[in-house]
Amino acid sequence: MSVAGAPAADERLAPTTLLRRLLVRPEFAAVIGAVVVYAFFWWQAGSLFASKVGAANWLDPASTLGIGAVAVALLMIGGEFDLSAGVMTGSAGLLTGMLTTELGWNIWPAIAAALAFALVVGFFNGLAVVKTGLPSFIVTLGTLLALQGANLGVTKLVTGTVQVRGIAHAGGYDSAHALFASTVKVLGTPFQVSILWWLAVTVLASWVLLRTRVGNWIFSVGGAAPAARSVGVPVARTKIGLFMTTAAAAWLVGITAAVRFTSVQAGAGFGQEFEFIIAAVIGGCLLSGGYGTAVGAAVGALIYGMTKQGIVYAQWDNDWFKLFLGAMLLFATLANNLVRKWAEEARK
Amino acid sequence: MSQLPAVLEVRDVSKHFGSVIALQGISAAVSAGEVACVLGDNGAGKSTLIKILSGVHQHDTGQYLVDGVPVRFQSPRDALDRGIATVYQDLAMIPLMSVWRNFFLGSEPTRGRGPLRRFDVRLARQETRGELAKMGIDVRDPDQPVGTLSGGERQSLAIARAVYFGARVLILDEPTSALGVKQAGIVLRYIAQARDRGLGVIFITHNPNHAYPVGNRFLILNRGRSAGSFAKEDVTIQELTRLMAGGAELEDLAHELERGGTVRMATPEP
Repeated sequence: MSVAGAPAADERLAPTTLLRRLLVRPEFAAVIGAVVVYAFFWWQAGSLFASKVGAANWLDPASTLGIGAVAVALLMIGGEFDLSAGVMTGSAGLLTGMLTTELGWNIWPAIAAALAFALVVGFFNGLAVVKTGLPSFIVTLGTLLALQGANLGVTKLVTGTVQVRGIAHAGGYDSAHALFASTVKVLGTPFQVSILWWLAVTVLASWVLLRTRVGNWIFSVGGAAPAARSVGVPVARTKIGLFMTTAAAAWLVGITAAVRFTSVQAGAGFGQEFEFIIAAVIGGCLLSGGYGTAVGAAVGALIYGMTKQGIVYAQWDNDWFKLFLGAMLLFATLANNLVRKWAEEARK
Repeated sequence: MSQLPAVLEVRDVSKHFGSVIALQGISAAVSAGEVACVLGDNGAGKSTLIKILSGVHQHDTGQYLVDGVPVRFQSPRDALDRGIATVYQDLAMIPLMSVWRNFFLGSEPTRGRGPLRRFDVRLARQETRGELAKMGIDVRDPDQPVGTLSGGERQSLAIARAVYFGARVLILDEPTSALGVKQAGIVLRYIAQARDRGLGVIFITHNPNHAYPVGNRFLILNRGRSAGSFAKEDVTIQELTRLMAGGAELEDLAHELERGGTVRMATPEP
């Protein structure tokens, strides 16, 4: 039992191979999946899919989805769901739009007001979950419906239609466009700037998760909240912070779309909440919490983007997309489970 | 009994939940370098007592003293800050997290300043290895998830963690009850080791065979009340067992079973 001395050498520790080190990472299956999907559409859709223009096209939907998926992944690792994240993207866009077009605000204070609104909703989501102990699934389903109703009701009341148009006329629009919706030329091909946002969000989330105290707390509140509380982790604050982060990510997605398309539909964003969750799960997050990575969710979003555009490039009917996505979700979940079990057994 | 002043003491504390009396007039104390055992069957009030001691609940009446000064903790964090660490039977660790992440959970070492203040991962890994080796706990790989450790290893790890973070009083909630004989033995050794390092240990258990070898004094709870408080020299393990199970009731049961002829009550070895 008592083996003191140099702890570095332990004869029961088989030298870990590179393969095993990769396999125990939660995002491993997703990375393999991404390679397979890429190869598949390259084969099906030809070189246009694999070209720079093609890449710019599938990175575009992947990027906005990825911003939301990475935040949702943190939330899921923290053991909670947010079904209101999708509709929140619509709320943020609509609020920004109405403040600029109806009240004549400059776009920047409008964007800031939308962020404040998102953070407040996120805070209340978190507070309700933490204080009542109800499943976040139910609480945020309520928020989803409330926001969806408010989006439609307020938009109709204010504009008389079901959309907000003319955001491009707002003061400060050009600088907002440059930041949220411009394109960056890489080797002569224009790429959406949202791809950079996506990368930045992923890097930041990954750093927070793996290299800060808060990251350790996120894993612990999702893994076993009572145990975390007993060693002094601020469980309530961590969870509320995660809900606010998710709402802020939804705000960023919503603002990006609003600035880019200069109009927002009152029903915008509905359904995106599931895409965020799907990408996070494909990326290796467990539904039960306590496990997953930000990079995995970003890769999950990449798979989503490649599939969505790949089907277009392959000239299939777009209706096949959902079928494909559903199959991939099931497959990814199974693969994640298998890989995780195998890896943990191998470690014993 | 020990002449040292008590690090932690409760005097005549009671706790009610609505009309349910969970604890009534309980007094107990532990000094540095001493193991105080709290024994009781299921529903005796052991958990309520721990929760009061660790700051989860507040007592209704009576006094809770730390170093002779009355206290009233609002949260487990308050208790931790006073050096009172609690290791729960099943809540000690996060199974999906690695050993080193668990070890420093809630008290992560950091480096850097401002927005760059970050979890010092390298230090955490190193310290975990070193600290476990010091306590003679042999974990193969600090990166492995705690879920892959045995129950005894997990409890030992939790004890090592509390000791490392400067606990002066260690409250152990049934640390041996879910364990096999050998694993329980390992945990008992760490309890003795923590005691020898000068910690006060409150050891909650329903097994007199585990309590007697390491305990200095024993408090027996029965249905929320004290059924006796003894120093080790004043009590034998048989008496402890008898008192715990409600004395006469157990004897009746033993006779009843013996009359049946096929089953015999096992009497604990001293």
